[in-house]
Amino acid sequence: MKLTGAEIFIECLKAEKVDTIFGYPGGAVLFLYDELYKAQDDVHHILARHEQGAIHAAEGYAKSTDKPGVAIVTSGPGATNAVTGIADAYLDSVPLVVFTGQVPRSLIGNDAFQEVDIVGITRPCVKHNYLVTKVEDLASTIKKAFYLATSGRPGPVLVDIPKDLTTDKTEFVYPYEVNIRSYNPTVKGHPKQIKNAVDLILESKKPMIYSGGGVILSHASNDLVEFTQLLGYPITNTLMGLGAYPASDKQYLGMLGMHGTYEANLAMHGSDLVIAIGARFDDRVTGNIEKFCPDAKIIHIDIDPASISKNVVVDVPIVGEVRNILPQLIKELKHRGEKSDQKALAQWWKQIAEWQAEDCLGYIQGDDVIKAQYVVQKFWELTKGDAYVASDVGQHQMWAAQFYRFDKPNRWINSGGLGTMGFGLPAAMGVQVAHPDATVGCITGDGSIQMCIQELTTCKQYDLPLKILNLNNSFLGMVRQWQEFFYDKRYAMVDMTVQPDFVKLAEAYGHVGMRIEKPADVEGAIKEALAMKDRLVFMDFVTQKESNVYPMIPASAGQNEMILV
Amino acid sequence: MRHTLSILMENESGALSRVAGLFSARGYNIESLNVAVTEDPTLSRLTLVTHANEQVVEQIMKQLNKLIDVVKVVDIAGNSHIERGLMLVKIKASTIDSCISIKQITDIFRGRIIDVNELIYTIQVTGGMDKLRAFIGTLQQEHTILEVVRSGAVGIMRGKHTL
Repeated sequence: MKLTGAEIFIECLKAEKVDTIFGYPGGAVLFLYDELYKAQDDVHHILARHEQGAIHAAEGYAKSTDKPGVAIVTSGPGATNAVTGIADAYLDSVPLVVFTGQVPRSLIGNDAFQEVDIVGITRPCVKHNYLVTKVEDLASTIKKAFYLATSGRPGPVLVDIPKDLTTDKTEFVYPYEVNIRSYNPTVKGHPKQIKNAVDLILESKKPMIYSGGGVILSHASNDLVEFTQLLGYPITNTLMGLGAYPASDKQYLGMLGMHGTYEANLAMHGSDLVIAIGARFDDRVTGNIEKFCPDAKIIHIDIDPASISKNVVVDVPIVGEVRNILPQLIKELKHRGEKSDQKALAQWWKQIAEWQAEDCLGYIQGDDVIKAQYVVQKFWELTKGDAYVASDVGQHQMWAAQFYRFDKPNRWINSGGLGTMGFGLPAAMGVQVAHPDATVGCITGDGSIQMCIQELTTCKQYDLPLKILNLNNSFLGMVRQWQEFFYDKRYAMVDMTVQPDFVKLAEAYGHVGMRIEKPADVEGAIKEALAMKDRLVFMDFVTQKESNVYPMIPASAGQNEMILV
Repeated sequence: MRHTLSILMENESGALSRVAGLFSARGYNIESLNVAVTEDPTLSRLTLVTHANEQVVEQIMKQLNKLIDVVKVVDIAGNSHIERGLMLVKIKASTIDSCISIKQITDIFRGRIIDVNELIYTIQVTGGMDKLRAFIGTLQQEHTILEVVRSGAVGIMRGKHTL
């Protein structure tokens, strides 16, 4: 049967089992929306209030599930508004399929109304993108888009669809198989490299496991736990990898990097073997690359060959899916039946225990002013560590990462690579759409929350009962912290004292607002908010103004050159 | 160090800009770039000359391989290979003597005069990059060059090695 392009679009979504799409309509996507309107029973559309919000919501949806996020926006400004979200998904390897409307083919290149070359604009920040030029290619292009977004190293794929193409008709056949001759991601680890890696593992005396977001993307948390506990080695997670290894386990040393723990960073620096698993040696992790892990041999497991030896030259690279490689390593270790020098390992743990005794995350909550750390810690306690937590970007993000101790993967939803302020609220929204009955927190700050605040309306429309914790210090806190440390306290344009009354604002959007000013009220407020299961509660915590995130590795310093307090 | 990358890619609109964009986005240099369709109309072959140390060129090749449109990448400078460029030079002869000189130099470099219009000569030279540079240098010693247009290098490996 012949279908129109718009009908084919819907049939493809159904074939890919897409039940939720985030978006914002406009002229170029009118026919697509007309079909979405008819297909509401199959594909649930969430109307964001800004295209950036739609993309971040799709990211939150994808990061908290094993499904790709799907979004649709119109041409021109609709598409450019989506770019920040697309770039965010690119840096954090989020599987995303974004459909953009385009002006009719006859007008492309004519500077038509709401025309931009979105394929050109997004080329450096997508895994791949397509401009569909004939309706006969639409179904196969959409199939490829979903395949590329979700396989190998995941990422955003954009499909640009000219308006006139959505009314053209063709025979609809969905290609369930897809073959792209230039794209064949390696999935299994090379047997020789597995052996080489096990050789290094057995020789090590001061080993360290450093795992990242790739473990979560590969759904390999269980394998990581088995591998780590089989070896008895210390482990650290990156910001993107939080929850991949349970934070409550005794082998876990906390997050590493610029605001990582003392023990995690010193154990990295002092180790003789680093086993990097689905992590990419980001500059926020390594600090000064010249001083990074001076005595360590490095095993690097990654799906993306381009991540290997990009920043740090490695000794044993293993390209493939983490979920395949860890079982291969476990099998080889069991087959050999040997262990590394256990006496040396015990000595290594003794050294680590000394570093842990520093209690680098310690803080004192007095009676007068609320410490942001305390709010996060209480939220963690009161949700029993089992909430989904989305965060924005800044000091609150680091405190959330330090004090909300995740025991499960896919629970921590943040913008790690691009560092997008405004990410938190819409991302939390996407998480709540995917998990309607779960507790979803959004830990944010007075700067970030104002960047996508319009999504409070979306939350109202779809009854998304988020728990928003605004750690309000009337500053762009992280920038202020750097100005305090490195610019002689010249606080250039970071004062956020002039701000809306967040309680009234929340109420204006139809939600519950609370302002909490005393430490003694923190616990009660969170309890009250959590008890309101069907309401979005905006908790505006007035926190210490000039508080800093510690520990900190200043830019260009080594991992062992931390500022502790 | 100089590297000559032979890149086989889908003959699709946008593929070239993905390659070129990757170089500018990641701060790699391009000395020359040449692209055209192959005997298979679905594939284009691009020859790209760049200067980079071993670690950087390894990263360039990995990043190129990551592009969905790129089918294969080989650094042919690592093998015995042949490189050729094409150059057209327009030159004005001031006297009959200089006409003779232009003809002699062109013959020595095994070039060909492909057009004469009054005293304006257009010369075609093909060869390695060194030879093309030398040809210009020699001409400049005695004559005034009006215009030069040259292709980037195209390269192929010797013997049984193919892309």
